[in-house]
Amino acid sequence: MPIYKAPVDDTLFLLNDVLHLERYGNLAGFSDVPPDVLAQIIGEAGKICEERLQPLNRSGDAEGCGLDSSGEVTTPAGFKEAYREFVAGGWVGLAVPPEYDGQGLPYTLAVVMNEFASAANMSFAMYPGLTQGALAALLRHGSEEQKRLFAPPMAAGRWTGTMNLTEPQCGTDLGLLTTKASPRADGSYAVTGQKIFISAGEHDLSENIIHLVLARIEGAPAGVKGISLFIVPKYEVNPDGTLGARNAVRCGALEHKMGIHGNATCVMNYDGARGFLVGEPNRGLNAMFVMMNEARLGVAVQGLAQSEVAYQNAASYAKERLQGRALTGAKNAGGGADPIIVHPDIRRGLMEMKAFNEAARGLALATALDSDIAHRSEDAEARQAAEDRLGLLTPVLKGVLTDLGFESAVKAQQIWGGHGYIDENGVGQFVRDARITMIYEGANGIQALDLVGRKLPKDNGRAAMAYFAEVSEFIAHESSDEMKPFVEPLKAALGDLQKATIWLMQNALAKPDNGAGASYDYMHLFGRVALGYTWARIARAALAKKKEAPGDGAWLDTKLTTGQFYMEKMLPETGFRLARITAGVDTLMSLPAEMF
Amino acid sequence: MKVLVPVKRVVDYNVKIRVKPDGSGVDVANVKFSMNPFDEIAVEEAIRLKEAGKATEVVLVTIGPAKADETLRSGMAIGADRGIHVKTDELVEPLAVAKILAKIVAEEAPGLVILGKQAIDDDSNQTGQMLAALLGWGQGTFASKVEITEGSVDVTREVDGGLQTVTLKLPAVVTTDLRLNEPRYASLPNIIKAKKKEVAAKTPADYGVDITPRLEVLKTAEPPARKAGIKVGSVPELLEKLKTAGVL
Ligand SMILES: Cc1cc2nc3c(=O)[nH]c(=O)nc-3n(C[C@H](O)[C@H](O)[C@H](O)COP(=O)(O)OP(=O)(O)OC[C@H]3O[C@@H](n4cnc5c(N)ncnc54)[C@H](O)[C@@H]3O)c2cc1C
Repeated sequence: MPIYKAPVDDTLFLLNDVLHLERYGNLAGFSDVPPDVLAQIIGEAGKICEERLQPLNRSGDAEGCGLDSSGEVTTPAGFKEAYREFVAGGWVGLAVPPEYDGQGLPYTLAVVMNEFASAANMSFAMYPGLTQGALAALLRHGSEEQKRLFAPPMAAGRWTGTMNLTEPQCGTDLGLLTTKASPRADGSYAVTGQKIFISAGEHDLSENIIHLVLARIEGAPAGVKGISLFIVPKYEVNPDGTLGARNAVRCGALEHKMGIHGNATCVMNYDGARGFLVGEPNRGLNAMFVMMNEARLGVAVQGLAQSEVAYQNAASYAKERLQGRALTGAKNAGGGADPIIVHPDIRRGLMEMKAFNEAARGLALATALDSDIAHRSEDAEARQAAEDRLGLLTPVLKGVLTDLGFESAVKAQQIWGGHGYIDENGVGQFVRDARITMIYEGANGIQALDLVGRKLPKDNGRAAMAYFAEVSEFIAHESSDEMKPFVEPLKAALGDLQKATIWLMQNALAKPDNGAGASYDYMHLFGRVALGYTWARIARAALAKKKEAPGDGAWLDTKLTTGQFYMEKMLPETGFRLARITAGVDTLMSLPAEMF
Repeated sequence: MKVLVPVKRVVDYNVKIRVKPDGSGVDVANVKFSMNPFDEIAVEEAIRLKEAGKATEVVLVTIGPAKADETLRSGMAIGADRGIHVKTDELVEPLAVAKILAKIVAEEAPGLVILGKQAIDDDSNQTGQMLAALLGWGQGTFASKVEITEGSVDVTREVDGGLQTVTLKLPAVVTTDLRLNEPRYASLPNIIKAKKKEVAAKTPADYGVDITPRLEVLKTAEPPARKAGIKVGSVPELLEKLKTAGVL
């Protein structure tokens, strides 16, 4: 049976010693979580994920969701009870302001919970996860009346939320969207059309489901400039908040898919369903984009989460499975063979996963903190700096954490050998579940384009320049001997990133394919640097902590060695990426399509 | 009716404990601590009594180091109302604990004291019984069901032969067994609220109790390693082996 232990200590170390959460007491909600309360919250988050969600991961995968003839969907056995306990803890509304019945705590903590829950049971975690995404959009763009009516039951988890963008002919290119909304006399709209691949579109966990739907108001301009956002509740909601008639939206089919079997992926048919416009007409995409950063960060964290749980299961197996002998002499002389953890190639997999996980967690939490600062700080300058970094790093995190998270799952499966390919061992599930994170919420190729085409040139490159300056300053400042193994490789890697950026500036404008063709390599080059910078920050904190709390020596030394491994064996990928970028796109693009 | 629940900070049940090389005890450096699991059940039961309108207030007591404050907070995070922290860094044996508790009972006048049947660190299984004796109250130990009626409490006990139900006149002492209930998870609002709940800081001296140990630990040792088992190929072979071993 697969195991999972929430990385509580590592998370607390990152929040307290690397990010210094206690310094942000002036942001709303932060003063509620001094270190002792923080420890209790993170501990409790870990506990419910380990004890309630993880035991349903394998069974949920095997059973999947069911659909009856009336369009009602059932979730796998145990999901309902676990959901009840999860919402009773107040976790859905963790970061929602108290005036909408949320807990008003830092969004950063919601990201922690998202990691633990996704590692324990990604299919399950998506139900509350999508509710949080829909809530974020509603809270930013909904009218006062809409917020008052819909936000509190969603924050409490009594109602869940969905995001309806995709249609059969319309995936990445939202301009192709055809679902239509006709104005009604009472100010509402009749929404008609078909949405596909809608996660948590229908299920039996909550009393009501609030669909956020992109549709085109009759007569709206073609393309992305004619799309509006609507609230379409499964059950209509009376002004006093009680439930009314069943709305004309039904699940027509469930998709059979590679992974996340416990999460219902639905075809949703809207047949003149009553909908309510959110924000202004034709500005729906804007409304969606505002919450995109958080949603993409959420998916990035799913990638990390699958990597973490896969790693834990690989590490425990590597210590148990006996095959072959250590090249340096038997380590288990009494047994017939040594545990496979003695083999350098097994260590390679384990170290790569571990070095990725710990930095990815640090980077995700640092970015979550940027989101808190961007939304809660009173200081305009701090807000803008955080907003810039958040915008710049979000596509990097989404693309890189999910690509590497999937690779980790495959590495863990490899360590399990043939047993990793056998369903009942549960390791293959991590591979299958992780795979979707690279596709939805903007396929990773689209993240790369967003980074190179939109985020880099935005405001004349202000965000990127500020980021490069921040990393350079760190390198200049941390010149001690102890930090050398971290900052020297980081300096070289940053140099590669800057060279690649200059190459893009010189070559992409003249020939757009140069930018798009380089974008994937650039995203990964950027990601390696961001993870390297995170490792350098972790190392600085570990060295400082070693001086003040020598008792944690072994744990901190493990951190430092893991970080050094990253610097030596993973960060040099920046050179390879730079070479691919500067080779240009001639061979990439020159074959005529019929030669494929 | 007020319910008093004593809680102990112990090494977490998930931790694989190691004996110190010199045999003087177990190594607790850098180990995770939590509330004794049987005490969690006691807190949960008290809160359920309060939710059912049978109790008015749930008061926690812990006797232990400064860090035991966390244990009180985690109990208050699932709904207990306030705490009493009797601070000491010394090892406090069951009799001394029972004496301190008896003094607190005299001050607080609870209608019911619910304790864990034992703490998973030393597994003494004595405190509840000693407390009942000191107070001269009835005791219902190893409870798997607790029902309050007018002026008395019915306690279903897990005993060797099965279940036994005793009726105790209130006030009384109850100790919990594993199957009494399943403790809930702390909710976020309650975790935040727990921080603001009142904890009275006391010392053993405040109660005039001498906590000097009366027991002497001679040696602490790892249990002997289990010998490797064998796999048998068939039922007849199993029977044969059992016969040779003299079990059948
Ligand atoms: C399990 C699952 C759950 C989902 N949940 C939801 C949900 O809850 N709500 C929702 O609305 N959608 C959901 N989706 C849909 C998902 O977001 C889309 O599948 C995704 O956005 C890609 O769209 P597509 O499948 O149409 O691929 P396409 O858009 O057809 O893309 C195919 C390939 O072409 C690439 N491509 C497309 N355009 C360009 C371009 N301009 N330049 C370079 N490359 C390009 C893409 O990167 C991709 O690799 C879900 C999908 C799945 C499988």
